[in-house]
This record gives sequence, C-alpha cells and structure tokens, in this order.
Amino acid sequence: MTAQTTLGRVIKFLAGSPARRFASISVVLAIVASIAPTKDLFSEWRYYQRQYKQLIRHRPDGARLQKNFQGGIQQIWIPERHVTDRCSTCHVALQENSLADQRKQPFRPHPPMPHTLNEFGCVICHNGQGAATTVTEAHYSTKEWEQPILPTRYLEASCGQCHMEPLEGTPQLNLGRRLLARYGCAHCHAITQPDGSRIMPVDEPPSLEHIGEKTSREWIFSWLKNPQVYAVSSTMPNFRFSDQEATDIANFLVSQSDASVNSTAPAPASFALPPAEQAAVDGPGVYGMLFCASCHATQNSKGALLGGELAPEITRVGSKVKVDWLRRWLKAPQGYDPKTRMPRYRFDDKQIAMLTAYLLTKKDEDLLANVHLDPSDRQSVERGKKLATDYGCAACHRINGIAPPEGFAPDLSRIGSKPLFQVGFLRGMPETLPDYISGKIRDPRAFGPALKMPRFTLDDSQVEALTTALLAQTDRAVTMPPELVRSVPLAKYHPGGDTGRLMEDLRCQSCHSINGNGGEMAPDLTREGSAVQRGWLLDFMKNPDTLRPALIRRMPKFNLSDEEIHKLSDYMLNAYQAPGFDSEALDLRSLDAGAAARGRELFYTKYACQACHIADYKKDKGYVGPALADVGDRLTPVWMYKWLKDPNAVAPGTVMPNPRLADKEAKDLTAFLVTLRAKKKGGAK
Amino acid sequence: MKRRLMFPVFLVFAFSGCGEHAPVSVLLTPKAYGTQIVEQSGGKQAGGVGARLPEPVVVQVNGADGNSVAGALVVFSGDGVIFTPTRVLTDENGQVSATVQLGSIHGSYPFIAQTPKQGGGIADVELRGIALGYQEKVGKQVSDKYCRMCHDPESTTERVSNFENLAQPAPHVFSDGTVLNSISDADLYKIIADGGPAVGKSPQTPAYRNTLASSEIKSVIAYMRAIADPPYPPQTAK
Repeated sequence: MTAQTTLGRVIKFLAGSPARRFASISVVLAIVASIAPTKDLFSEWRYYQRQYKQLIRHRPDGARLQKNFQGGIQQIWIPERHVTDRCSTCHVALQENSLADQRKQPFRPHPPMPHTLNEFGCVICHNGQGAATTVTEAHYSTKEWEQPILPTRYLEASCGQCHMEPLEGTPQLNLGRRLLARYGCAHCHAITQPDGSRIMPVDEPPSLEHIGEKTSREWIFSWLKNPQVYAVSSTMPNFRFSDQEATDIANFLVSQSDASVNSTAPAPASFALPPAEQAAVDGPGVYGMLFCASCHATQNSKGALLGGELAPEITRVGSKVKVDWLRRWLKAPQGYDPKTRMPRYRFDDKQIAMLTAYLLTKKDEDLLANVHLDPSDRQSVERGKKLATDYGCAACHRINGIAPPEGFAPDLSRIGSKPLFQVGFLRGMPETLPDYISGKIRDPRAFGPALKMPRFTLDDSQVEALTTALLAQTDRAVTMPPELVRSVPLAKYHPGGDTGRLMEDLRCQSCHSINGNGGEMAPDLTREGSAVQRGWLLDFMKNPDTLRPALIRRMPKFNLSDEEIHKLSDYMLNAYQAPGFDSEALDLRSLDAGAAARGRELFYTKYACQACHIADYKKDKGYVGPALADVGDRLTPVWMYKWLKDPNAVAPGTVMPNPRLADKEAKDLTAFLVTLRAKKKGGAK
Repeated sequence: MKRRLMFPVFLVFAFSGCGEHAPVSVLLTPKAYGTQIVEQSGGKQAGGVGARLPEPVVVQVNGADGNSVAGALVVFSGDGVIFTPTRVLTDENGQVSATVQLGSIHGSYPFIAQTPKQGGGIADVELRGIALGYQEKVGKQVSDKYCRMCHDPESTTERVSNFENLAQPAPHVFSDGTVLNSISDADLYKIIADGGPAVGKSPQTPAYRNTLASSEIKSVIAYMRAIADPPYPPQTAK
C-alpha cells in the first residue's frame, strides 16, 4: 500500500508537466548513451595496460619500455592471411626481450620462434579468437566462438598446417605423422594433407590369401584375441573380439586360403632339419652371420627388444609357423607374398635347414596351450566372413573374396577444425578437441561399444604425437596461400632393366634410398657410382663388412653369384654417378708423397679427425664416422676431395661438419687418405 | 530452531562428495612415518612446454634406520606443475611414482616432494622439471644429431657413445653447469662455430660454422642453459 503510493508520487513528480517529462527523458537518454563509453573505460585491456605501466615504472629499463609502449587497442592485420589479431592489446610486451625475467602473464615477451609476429600474427599458431579483446572470448570456447587457445603441448600442430616436411623444432609432429603412416591409420582413414598429398601407410600388413599354409587356426585365434601377447612390438590393434568371434574369423581365414606359388612349385630339395638341440647351439651363429637382426627384433630374457623394426618381431615365431611354409619362405619369400619387403636370399640348403630348425626353437609353449577350438563348420565360416567384412580387415590385409573397402572410416583431412557441436564427448571429460581426439585414440570403444575402431597399443607420448599430427589438419591449413605450403616431393624411382629386376629381387630399396625413394636404414646409393672404386665394390658385395664399427644393423650377405655381383656393380658404377665428379675436377698428380705427409699432419693435429674416424686401427679409436683404414681402396680420390670441401653438398644432412678447408688442405688430406690401404695377406679379410 | 541447524549440516554432507580430490585427501592418512625423503629417478627431466615429462618422478621415504618406509604420505607441490597423483602413500618398497606435467611457459619448474615426520615436522626433497620451448627443442634436436655422440658418455644398444674414445681433455656433458655456466654465450658460440682451437681448446671439437645455421647454434646454447645443473644463473628460480 505504502510502496504504491510512493511510486505513484515519484511518477507524478517526474511526468507531471511536459517540461518535467522532457527533462526526465533527457536524463534517461544521457545515462543510456554513456553506458558504452563507460564500459570501454572499465574494459579488461585497460586494466592490463594500467598494470603494465605500473610494472615498468620502477624498472631500470622502464624509460625505454615506456617509450615503446602504445596505449589503446593494438592490432596485427594481415588480410591475405586472414589475420586480425588484437592479442598485443593485453600482451603488450611480446617484443620486449628485456622482460624475459617476468614470469607473470600477459607481460612476458614471446620466446624465440621461427617466424615474426608481424608476418604471421598470433592465431595462426595459437588458435583462439584474435579479434576479441576480453580474456574469456580470446582464449576459451564461447557460444559464438568455439575454437579456444591450442594447449602448448599440441602447439607443433600449427607448424604442420604449412610444413609437410619434418622440421627440427617439431619432433612431436614429426613422430605423429610417422605413426599415422606406420600404425596403419591411413589404411582406413583418408588423410589429405594441406598440400593435397595423402598420408600413405608405410606398414605392409601381410597378405592373408594363403594364410592356411603359414599357420594354424589356433594361432590366428590367439593373435586376434591379443596380438601383443605373441609380439609385443606388433602394430596390429586389438579388436576385442569375443572367443566366438575370434574362432569364426580364424575359421573363415583358413577356409578362404588358397595355394601360393610357393606351395605349387616343386618342393625344395629334400634336406633333413638338424635336431632342435643342435639348432639351439649352432643356429644363433648362422642367424647372426646372416644379420637377420638388422630387420627382425627378438625379445631377450629381460623383455627388451633387440634388433630392427623393419620386419616383424620373431621372438615366438616357432609357435606360429608351419615347418614346410618356413623353409619355402626362406628360399623364396616372394613366392608366398609378391609384395613382401623381405629380399630373396640365395641361402644354400644347409643354411635353410639350420635357420628353419633354429627359428622353430623360438617357441612359447604357453601361447597356444589353452586354445582348443571346435571343428570349423560352414556357419562359422559365414559368420567369420561377415565379421571380417564389417571390421574392415581387407582395408589392411589382402583376403580372397573381400574387396578392400573404400572410405571405410571417417575422412580425417579436416579433423583439426571439427566443430565441437558435432563431437559426442564422454561424461566428465574436458570438452575440447585435443581431449576428444586423444581420448578417441586411447580407447575408441569408450565412445560407444558398437564402434568398430580397434584399440592400438600406444604409450602416452605416442597418443600425444598422433593428436598433434591430427590437429594440424585444419580448415585454415587448406586456405593458406600456396606459397606458404612446404611439400615433400613424392619419389617413385625404381631401377630399370635386368639389373633393376635383380635389385627388386634383393629388395635393395627396403633399406637403401636411391633418387629419393627407399628406406633409411642403409646409405643412400644415388651417387654410389661416383663414390666407390670397382674393386672394393666387387669385394663388398661378395662379403659385406660394415664400415662403421658402432653399427649393430648391417648389410646381410646374400650369397650372390659372381655374375650377379658384376652385374650389380657395373650398373651402380655407371648409373649412379653425380655431376662434377670426374677426372677434370681433381688433378691426381697433386697427390704426391709431400702432400700425403702434410695431409697426415692436418688429419692428426689441426683437425683431429681421429676423434671420429679410424685411420689406423692400432692407435685411433673414434667411431662416429666410418673407419678410414682402407679408404684408399674404397673411395675415389675425387669423391674424397669434394667430400672434404663440402660434405653437406655431397650428402645433404650428413653429420660430418664442413671444416671449410683451403683448397690445398683438401688436396693434402685427400693425398693422405689415398695412402690408407688394406694390407692384404692373401685372401679376403 | 533444530531445523535451521540441520540445514547447513545437510549442505556440508551434500557437497562433501563434490570436487575431484576432496574424498582422496580426506581418506588419505599416513599409515607410517619416515624421517627422510630422497629422489629415486626422474627428478631433473626436460620435456616440452605444457607436456608431461617423459618418465614419472619416483621418490622414496626412509626411516631413521635408513630402511624404506611403506605407507608414508608423500605430497607433491610446485608452482605451475600438475602432479598425478598429488598425494599418495608409499608402496611396499617405500616408493611413490607420479607423472608430472609442466606449465606452458618455457624454463625451470622447481617442485618439492614432502613427507610428514613422526611427531611433527616435515621432510622434503627439492626436484625440478625443465620445460623446453621452441628454441630449446631445436637445440635438443641439433645436439642429439651432431653433439651427443661425443658429449654424452652413456651408451645404449642402439647408440654407442664415442666419449671413451676421445683424448683428454674429455668433452663436457651439456648439463654440466659447474663448468658450462662459467663460459659466456659468446664463447660457447665461438667454440661451436669455429671449433675448440678458436678459444684455445681441443681441436677434437670441430667447427660447425659452415654446417649449422647461426640460429641452430644459438638454439644449442639455449638448450645447454636450460638443462644446466646447477641451473644457469640468469634463470630466476622461484
């Protein structure tokens, strides 16, 4: 009652006459009109700029900082890169390196980085909303803007928007991209990089077209249940099949298996396997001599893996393979799987017998001890085929009767910009894209038991690396001006002719790169013809001996025939020549005894080459670089001379530093190296 | 009157289940006490900014007799560092293991592990994590490729160190702050760029001026400074 009367009186007073009404409305209008400027006056950025002024007032470098400071809203505007970043309004000291001791944000200077602020702004690397001028809007997800700041541990993803090539500053991104290719992600998911290239899988899952020749239903069952029980380093994921499902698939795989070329070829000459006890004693010697461990790893008694990762781990291979398959495989791997990376060794029958017997001793009796499967029947095979189709087995493996599926899993080319409203988060997980992606990689089925994606065996750093690589696949990356995008050219070189065929048979490019195509384990052979001498090459092919004492992985001995050795050597010496490595480049007459003596002095004293190289096995110990004790037999003088003058020009990326030798010094050193020759005492060493 | 009292009590109970760590810290009481806490491993690691350190940090609680104590409470704390878990009881070996995630600013992150002592008082051990920024990461990559063969005496099955093969004076390990902290940035740059003899040191260090970019050499120095032990002075340890 009383309140109403008071209100009535106030209204009466304010609106009692036209003049009063006019005055009241004017006052209201003035208040409304002043809201916007007042809001601006109390805005967050003014608060930070005031704080900054206070901070620098008492510093010794304050005068200079004050001079550089500009008040008001600051902006980096680069229209062609779609950059409108106002971050420097609050982050006022990004370019003030003298504030490096300042730990409080937003006043730290930006740490050293590969680009400048004025070229790229902030958001291209850090995400967030560049045009915003409040902390919340700029940094976090809001209704209007859901792209928050990228957490620093995934920051390398931003580099990947333009850079396809591995960078020094982005180990995590590089690892992530390698894993995307290595773990077979790209078999099911299409991942087109910003330069238009596809991430291509580099794992080569084995063909299952003849699997019945190789192994048993029981082994397939146990493998499907948990691949890492058989081989800890296996990249095969766990599909979490039930016992029934695993049995059905095993039955199907065995039933679809048909005869390989190997099985229809005449049986290898009959030879008796040595008894297991003898194989256990003599096998390791043969296994070691043939350098199987260059590619295949085995677990030692402490569980550590020893050996290469180019080929499957074979710790328990004796529990997997059938004896007849194994000896045919060792004789001719390509007769079982034409696409295998395993070379065709020219093993003799005795070596095959010993290797077969030895590999069969590598058994884990527990692996199949409790696997008892019912006999296979038609319904089970049918169910198995349906499962194999549904789970996309043929996306990775060749299987009779199932075509490789197209677009089996979602395209991940733009996953880094996936709108959050399309994402189904789990309860309790932070609702950000990096958390979603890493959660999905870590345990895909947690997002729905019906999902098909299997669970991979990955540690935290691998998950983080994969997440980083996927976060690089953004919408922004696609709209980058083409001149910013750094691609890696795709090399497809394969040697031609009869020798090319022989090189394919030996799978040289599984380990060696030639003209940009091939493996990284062994030296690049693109310029081998300019580098080595014929006599040395012939000897080496007959009996490969490592040049680097520190290396564990070595070139295996292929038991090549003399004819094959000559064919290969002549081809390499003629085809793999580099321009500029000819007799015009170096006058051999300058390499006299005086030069050699001066070169020796340079080698041992001025440049201390013996810190990394061995010129004399009796006194030198360095083994960062190859041993040079017989380099005079091995390398051509012109190669040594040009190498010494600029190693990086000859082999880009080599660890050997460029000592920037004077021409005379390079010649003297070459003269000394030419004198380093093997002291042959009759036969080969 | 009674009802009015009941309501706040009810509220306390209703919300006591909220908050991620609340129940743990309430329930976690030490079953035993030690007198000393020592680092077992992982106490001086480097990792990327904002990332988890590669290995967990392991500390051990010992009693007055020098033997390890199981069931003692260990609490980790440090500015800008996230521990999983933060509070934990030692296992049967008297040890606890925690993963450590560093903040997003590059530099040193000191942190401590504490354990309450019987009858009051606290024993602690100081540890630290090093967050590598872009420049230090580049430095690590360059150092791993060009420098580590000689400057890191540790060998693995995959990488045999050349350290033992070198003549005296032996190379310095890059984290060896006792020596490297006293060499100025300019001198370090000179050694890397122009080789040991440029500052009157061993020619076993070759010149990298024509191999590495100036920014790469600076990155290696930044990396050395970041991992220096004891820490490189200009870093304010706070």
